[in-house]
Amino acid sequence: MAKTPVQFRLNGADKAVFVDGGENLLNALRRGIGDMSAKFGCGQGTCGVCTVLIDGEPQLACLTLAETCAGRAIETALGLAAGPNLHPLQAAFMEHFAAQCGFCTSGMLMAAKALLDRNPSPTREDVAEAISGNICRCTGYEPIINAVLEAASKRGGQPSGEQGRARI
Amino acid sequence: MLEFRKDYFQDERDDRLNEVGQPRQRQDMLGHVTGRTRYFDDHAFEGLLHLKVLRSPHPHARLRSIDVSAAERSAGVKRVIRAADVPVNKNTLLSLIGFGKDDEPLLAVDKVRYKGEPILAVVAESEAEAYAALAKIRLDCDPLPAVFDVEEAIKPGAPVVNETYPANTFEYHEKYNHQKLRFGDVERAFASADFVVEERYQMSPIEHAPTETNGSIAAPETNDRFVVHTCTQALFFSLGTAAKLLDLPSNRLHFIGGTVGGGFGGKVDSLTEPLAILGAMLTGRPVRYVLGREEEMLYGCPRGAERHYIKDAVLRDGRIIARKVTSYFDAGAYTRLSSYGAVKCIAHLPGPYTIPNVHADSYCVFTNRTPATAMRGFGITGVDFALEVQMDKLAHKVGMDPMEFRILNAYRDGDMKAHRRKAHNCALIECVQVAAEKAGWPIRDEFRRMNSLTGGGGERAVIPATASDEVGRIGTGRPASTTPPRAPALPIAPPPRVPQPVAAPPPPVPPAARPAAAPTPREQPKPAVPGPQHGATRFSSVFGTRRR
Repeated sequence: MAKTPVQFRLNGADKAVFVDGGENLLNALRRGIGDMSAKFGCGQGTCGVCTVLIDGEPQLACLTLAETCAGRAIETALGLAAGPNLHPLQAAFMEHFAAQCGFCTSGMLMAAKALLDRNPSPTREDVAEAISGNICRCTGYEPIINAVLEAASKRGGQPSGEQGRARI
Repeated sequence: MLEFRKDYFQDERDDRLNEVGQPRQRQDMLGHVTGRTRYFDDHAFEGLLHLKVLRSPHPHARLRSIDVSAAERSAGVKRVIRAADVPVNKNTLLSLIGFGKDDEPLLAVDKVRYKGEPILAVVAESEAEAYAALAKIRLDCDPLPAVFDVEEAIKPGAPVVNETYPANTFEYHEKYNHQKLRFGDVERAFASADFVVEERYQMSPIEHAPTETNGSIAAPETNDRFVVHTCTQALFFSLGTAAKLLDLPSNRLHFIGGTVGGGFGGKVDSLTEPLAILGAMLTGRPVRYVLGREEEMLYGCPRGAERHYIKDAVLRDGRIIARKVTSYFDAGAYTRLSSYGAVKCIAHLPGPYTIPNVHADSYCVFTNRTPATAMRGFGITGVDFALEVQMDKLAHKVGMDPMEFRILNAYRDGDMKAHRRKAHNCALIECVQVAAEKAGWPIRDEFRRMNSLTGGGGERAVIPATASDEVGRIGTGRPASTTPPRAPALPIAPPPRVPQPVAAPPPPVPPAARPAAAPTPREQPKPAVPGPQHGATRFSSVFGTRRR
């Protein structure tokens, strides 16, 4: 099958990958590039574990054709931390025990980041709405919502580039 | 918020607890929040092949012929795996601890017993090519009558689901078709009760629906071994299962796992590892076998269906004097772990209550449904649902507060359980008291003052005379009637209350003479009891093998 080259920015770095016609972004990231942080859960856009940001918007990588990502900026959970410094969301997830098996966590973090980038002071309802497309089967929604709210309050009023103090 | 109550039972415990009650960070948390945790599917292999299985379209059918010639010529196909390619194509999961007969093939032979049962596998360069090849397989089969209900399945003349167990019931220790609990004389107690309440409870199968579907990747490793990245919740269990099915010494299998994207019991059945390894053995390349979401939901093993009949005798003062339970666990087409679920059920009955007369039968029944497996307290959860709803109904019947009713009947230290072991470290009374307090539910002072340490033992520690019976003994045919009458639960007209000992011990009844073995033809010839073939026999107390 003929392969098509696709170039995009991934977590701030230029990447190129050859994809099959019809190949989705999830496969391109995982099998093509080796970024395994976005997961396969359903392949039909219902569970949210493949959530990534494309030009800042949360998108489901399993339903996104890889070829449509040419020239765009993609963010995954691997790019959240700034060097050894955790993103405030990551630190808050740790602090609030907002992960159990961890399989939904990457997608949750990206959905939450999209929210905080857009709305630095969300209400509890805003957070619940933002992660409503992300399923957690270990039933940790309350700790997740608390973590996102705390990350927002700690980051409140600060430049969006400000990072938490926790370190990897 | 979580509250750690150290004040209860502090005299029974060394209370220098450094960890319990302290928040501790998960050791894998940093990996989770940085997206670096590696699940089984997060490993890259050059030359990775993809395996998909052909599944039965029928719940019960005889396989006539399978034409794979077009599939084998299909683009990208490296190998078609047939039942004949499986070195030891019959297994039961608990054979690793010497419990139960091998009853399930890895790939179906002659017959399929549930919709979605794997028949053969295709290994191809891509998932799309594997699916395309599956669509080219021509399967010819004769549908057979199917049975989907546990009580229908044990009726005479019901379709035989699994020929290993021709009566459609699991056989315990080659002796009985059910698990049995007898304590005292329930019939006498029913006759002397103020009220008898009989109800039927049931629970449908429940899918675990983990966010990570079942799957594994197997690859040839150095030193003639295979490395297996797997989602399994039970690494050595899956290793043993794969070694048996593939007839390999276990030291040729290098299992890597323990990082599970949600399990809840649905990842102990080794659904994918044996075929992935077999694919790697037959192609010499890494093979990935992952269930899609639809496969996971339709054919991944669920918590099994359950049905419980509970008949209780209760006095006006609130004491339960008899409990009779008949439970059916729907195993689906193969045993997997359901036989153990029925054991757990009988070990759990009659619930955490001191009841002087108990009679319970628990059946593991085969039907043409997806094989059931473990899930969070299986064998207990559905039983507790039934028992606790029943407790509310009993409380209502005698006009008592449901919290006080539970406190009145709860186990206390020193009480004799129906299993003939003394209850100790009881805590139900205290749990109910705390629950009532938290819920702002008023209970009377006398019930608030009760505790598990006092009031137990004495007469409550007596083992009553108990008649044994041979109902359900293997080889004597199906039980004439194992189903309690379905009459609506009506209170028996309360007799005038005459002070009398509750269910006075009946005269001792000698154990019924065991009928001389009258084996049916299907049971003969039977070799001597085969010993466990893998590993040591453990859990002997659980499975009763010491008393066999």
